[in-house]
This record gives sequence, structure tokens and C-alpha cells, in this order.
Amino acid sequence: MSSTQEIQSGLAEILEEVAGVTPADATPEKSFTDDLDVDSLSMVEIATAVEDKFGVAIPDDQLANIKTVGDAISFIEKNQ
Amino acid sequence: MSASTSDVVVTGLGATTPLGGDVTSTWEALLAGRSGVSRITDEWVQEFPAQLVARLSTDPADAIDRVRARRLDRSQQVAVIAAEQAWAESGAADAGVAPERIAVVFGTGIGGALTLLGQDDVLEAKGPKRVSPFTIPMLMPNGPAAAVGLAIGAKGGVHAPVSACASGAEAIRWGLDLLRFDRADVVLVGGAEACVHPLPMAGFAAMRAMSTRNDEPERASRPFDKGRDGFVLGEGAAALVLERADSAAARGARVHARLAGAGATADGYDLVAPHPEGEGAGRAITAALRDADLSPADVGHVNAHATSTPVGDTAEAAAIRSSLGEHVLVSATKSQTGHLLGAAGALESVFAILALREQIVPATANLDDPDDNANVQALDIVRSEPRRATLRAAVNDSFGFGGHNIALVFTTA
Repeated sequence: MSSTQEIQSGLAEILEEVAGVTPADATPEKSFTDDLDVDSLSMVEIATAVEDKFGVAIPDDQLANIKTVGDAISFIEKNQ
Repeated sequence: MSASTSDVVVTGLGATTPLGGDVTSTWEALLAGRSGVSRITDEWVQEFPAQLVARLSTDPADAIDRVRARRLDRSQQVAVIAAEQAWAESGAADAGVAPERIAVVFGTGIGGALTLLGQDDVLEAKGPKRVSPFTIPMLMPNGPAAAVGLAIGAKGGVHAPVSACASGAEAIRWGLDLLRFDRADVVLVGGAEACVHPLPMAGFAAMRAMSTRNDEPERASRPFDKGRDGFVLGEGAAALVLERADSAAARGARVHARLAGAGATADGYDLVAPHPEGEGAGRAITAALRDADLSPADVGHVNAHATSTPVGDTAEAAAIRSSLGEHVLVSATKSQTGHLLGAAGALESVFAILALREQIVPATANLDDPDDNANVQALDIVRSEPRRATLRAAVNDSFGFGGHNIALVFTTA
């Protein structure tokens, strides 16, 4: 089980790798598309990386509901 | 040649090649006689009959940031690098051209082969869920054109001719037509190729098309030479900015040369073998001259396609001799760059333009003993060192598997 803080920093690492997001910018209130300029194909890559890192698969219908970094953190927390 | 609104000029050049990371360094290396060819040292090459390659002299990662690069196939990366150089040099971005009047025509022979093959490895090893969501936009053959269009904000149409090793030259011809038909005000054209990988290498080797002179990399690409035994696969891209002469003059743009005419034909002979007498190739050159309203006597220089294959070079020699005569100074620059496939026509057009601008004809490397073929013997192929000449017009011809023939005529600015 990863702590919320561990999930946030792990997610920030993924965002930096996949989309070039500065880790300090990957805060819970940020919208992936509006604030971090992450497009839909990059979201698919992020979902794959989340599964590798946290062992949490994000089904496509759930992925569509993940709008912010906070949404992703919550999803991982609940499903890990 | 009177100035008219249909006159088209070249106002920007860009390239990343086995000889240099830009046009200036590439041209200097070409004139200095340097070779971009080396022997592959990777483990996989051991069983390969042909082990030579002309790799980029400059890593694309030096010019494109990591996040952008990971979404672009290597063929798209080199396309964007060359295109951005040409675009910046032209100054067109500051000329207030509406994006809807900017078009792109960028060709490739093979497309995103490295992505296709790399993701197939992922599929085999890890299954379908691990295949990148960027696989398709990276492997599609319009990928380089699309990436270039995005990079410069072109909304007037983005096109991708695919005619094997004639693709880069065909892109230039399309660009000329777009301007003549007033479908755009500025067109960025070019070609890109990056497919150094075991599969294309094995495929070309199976055709017996590649040089196996593995112990002498720099001497392997030897167009028109008696000892030639195939081409050397190269990678890179070249780009040109085209616009109508009047609008280029109005904004005070630097003009490198005029793109005076183009001709395109098909051999209708064989899927891969050229017509032995270069019938279709010669017709393309003649058509380009007619389009440019020039006669053979006006043409002083040909940058030949000359890939260093046994059958291709003699067919081309026949075509040049029959369409232009024996007075033209011929250069076969693949002797130093290797064969950039779908980028070749664009890069060699850049060379033809620079030859006109600088009034100097590059030498053909490794031409120690010209082929006994009568047409090769009859041509004035510049060798040993570059030759100063008074040039008014130059031809670049390009041919592709499939029987595609493109000839372009450039004249001095």
C-alpha cells in the first residue's frame, strides 16, 4: 500500500516522463487537459504506467472520469 | 524567362544529414569530400552481407526536446528539424502569411519503420496492452508531413507523396503546382527517411541492392564507378521553402534559386528495375525542361540520382545523355551522403540549388574507374574535387522503386 504522498510523487514522476510536466506542478487540483496539457493519447500512456507502478489497472470507462491529478490519486488509493 | 506571378522561388533551406546537422555544415563537408558512411558495429549485423550505413551526423535529440521526441518517429524528428531550419531561414513566419495559405508537402519512402518494428517487438514481448498509443501516428507515412505541418502551423493543406526514393523530389513538384494553382502562398516541401534497422537492411540486401564493401565504408558508395556494387542506406531529411517570386520580392526575402520547372513520368516497365535505357527518366528531364521553358544547352549541372547500383547508374547515364547531352557537369553526391531514400530528392535539390548559388559543382567521390558503358564514358562527371563553373540552370533527378521518375529544374536567382 502506497501512502497518498507516495502516490502523488509517483504520479508526478510518470507525468514528467510521459508529458514533461514539472513535478512541482503535478498538484491534486490540476486538470490533466486544461492545466498540464496532457492529451488523450498521453492519458493512455499514463494509465499503463500507473498499472506498472502501482498495480492498479484503470479501465477505459474509469479513465474518462479522471480529470485531475487528485482524481487519479483517489482512484489509485481506492483500488490498490 | 520573364518574371511572372507563376515564377516560384526557394527562400529557405534546411537539412540534417550524415554529413552535418544543418545545410551549411552538410555543404561544407560535401565540398571537402568527407564521407558519411560507416560500418555498423551492433551485434545483429554479423550475419548481414551489407553492413554499411550513413547515419545522421547529429543526434536528433540535440535539436528536439525529450517529451516531443518520444511522440515522434525518428523520420518525423528529422523532418521537423530540417523543416524548422528552412522555415526560420526563410523568415516566412514573420511575413504575416495567413496559416490557411501555408501548405506542407513532405514525402518519405518507408515511413515510420522504426516505430512499426519496435512496437511489433513490444507486442510480441508484452502483449497488445503495452503497445504505445502513439504507434499509428508515428508509423503512418504521412507522419513526417503532419509533424511538419503542426510545427509551422500550416493550415492550407498537408500532403505526403509516397514514391519510394523519388518522394522528396515529388514533394517539391507538388509544392510547385500548389503555388502555380494559387492553392497556397508559401509551401514548405521536403523529404525524410530514418529506417536503419535490421529488417529494411535485410530486405534491401535480399534484393542485392546494397554495397557489401564492408571493409571500406567510405569507398563503398561509388556511383558510375566500374567497381560499384550497390547503395549505402542513409538517414536524414531536407526541406525547402517555396513561394511565388513576386511575394518573396515584396517582403524582401532572400532568394536562393528559382524552381523553374518539374517533370514526372513513370517507366511502365518493371516494379523495381529501371528501364535499361532510362526512357522514363529521360522523358521526365525533357518534360521538366519544357515546363521551365529551357533548352538542354541552358543546363550546366545535374545532381544525379546515381545510387551506386550496377543497373541504375547506367540507365541514368543514358537518360542524362539523351535528354541533356554531354556538356552538363554531373555530380553523384550519394557517394558521400549514402542513399537517403525518400529524403534523397530533397537533399539533392538543396545541393543543386547551392551549386547554382555558389557556382560550384560538387565532386563525385570514389569514381576511380568510370564504367565502360558508353553513356557513362560520354558524360562529364565531376570527380576528384569540386569544379567552378558558370551555371544558369541545374537539374535534379530522382527515381523510385515502382518506376517513378521526377526531374526538377532550378535556375539562378
